[in-house]
Amino acid sequence: MIDNRTIIRDGLWSNNVGLVQILGLCPLLAVTGTFINGFGLGLATLVTLVASNVTVSAIRSLVRPEVRIPVFVLIIASIVTVIELLMSAFMYDLYKVLGIFIPLIVTNCSIIGRAEAFASKHTVSQSFLDGLSMGLGFMLVLVTLGSLREIIGHGTLFSHAHRMFGTLLPDITIVFSEHYNGFLLAILPPGAFIGLGLLIALKNIIDKRAQTRAASITVAAPAAQASH
Amino acid sequence: MSYRPVLVSSLFLFLFAVVGSGVVAYTHDHTAERIHDNERRALLKSLNEIIPADRYDNDIFHDILYVRHKELLGTDKPVPVYRARKNGWPVAAVLAPVAPDGYNGNIRLLVAINLDGTLAGVRVVQHRETPGLGDGIETSNSDWILGFTGKSLENPGKDGWKVKRDGGEFDQFTGATITPRAVVKAVHNALLYYRIHGHELFEEHPGTVTEK
Repeated sequence: MIDNRTIIRDGLWSNNVGLVQILGLCPLLAVTGTFINGFGLGLATLVTLVASNVTVSAIRSLVRPEVRIPVFVLIIASIVTVIELLMSAFMYDLYKVLGIFIPLIVTNCSIIGRAEAFASKHTVSQSFLDGLSMGLGFMLVLVTLGSLREIIGHGTLFSHAHRMFGTLLPDITIVFSEHYNGFLLAILPPGAFIGLGLLIALKNIIDKRAQTRAASITVAAPAAQASH
Repeated sequence: MSYRPVLVSSLFLFLFAVVGSGVVAYTHDHTAERIHDNERRALLKSLNEIIPADRYDNDIFHDILYVRHKELLGTDKPVPVYRARKNGWPVAAVLAPVAPDGYNGNIRLLVAINLDGTLAGVRVVQHRETPGLGDGIETSNSDWILGFTGKSLENPGKDGWKVKRDGGEFDQFTGATITPRAVVKAVHNALLYYRIHGHELFEEHPGTVTEK
């Protein structure tokens, strides 16, 4: 039985959708030009992932294995369409910005991936937690990559926040240099690939460090190890 | 061999298709009116941005003429022309042409042309340009599109109606030339259309599709 802490750690770090599973690259690379764009798509993906995980888990004992994939696809497509309709009805300003990203969520294979690999085998509450952690992990990657590319490419951060929050927030754009001409490579698709590569490398370095440290601790305390 | 499991599976799949489409249809049914309202309000907001509400007194939403011109309006479908009048006199025509050669397909525009042939303003209604690159054509991202206001076929002349990279007067964006180029061309074409057909736009009754 998998415990909740493992689910959370898997989603946020050790099995991160963007950095480890390398899923959902199409939306991940396409929209992370700015912080807000990354945040918007991350949030929409998070909602879809939680909803589809919960639904798939709730019906998991009813679905016969041979038709489970078409059923999952039906569920995900319905959820995404409903979310798109609800957003255009009740959050039209937000929809006008995210509208082009929403259909991209269907192309994000992490969603059917989680339905098949996790939700179809675990309880509703665990699947909810898994969707939440995986979604948050994906969102963190989107936001980090978006911020990096915005800072390097445009020399700003948090620009166009009003697209998400409307007039709720004052203009929170941080301009690093008034005379910055922008670094084109960071804005263009190659910049997205390079940025993602660097993030993956950084994660691997951190993991390796943690591993070496853990190993040296075990060496330093062999007695504790032996008592197991 | 028994057919039962196959039947049960397909029945189950069928059931899910029905429930799934049912949920979508139900949501669509209950949101369609709101969405339509939102779109209308957004269009009216854009219209009023380029033609302030005090410049006209007619019901601009219903004083529509549909025109067709594949080369100059960018689509072979009828294009609406919203007609602004005050005290019955023509003030401006708002054409809704399409820039067919955007980076990611069609860019739908609103081009408001004053009676004397100068631009009252241009707005983008719908586009799929790359976020962060080509979407500078939206007013929420940059003031670029405001630069059309006051321009006409004579100002700048024919050679000026291009982006700077092509030797014209209009800026392109960092990393995106195709999008502004498409918009500049579409606005220029709309002005050309107005020069040829402008005098007819206010004569006909609402809703007539003129084949030109």
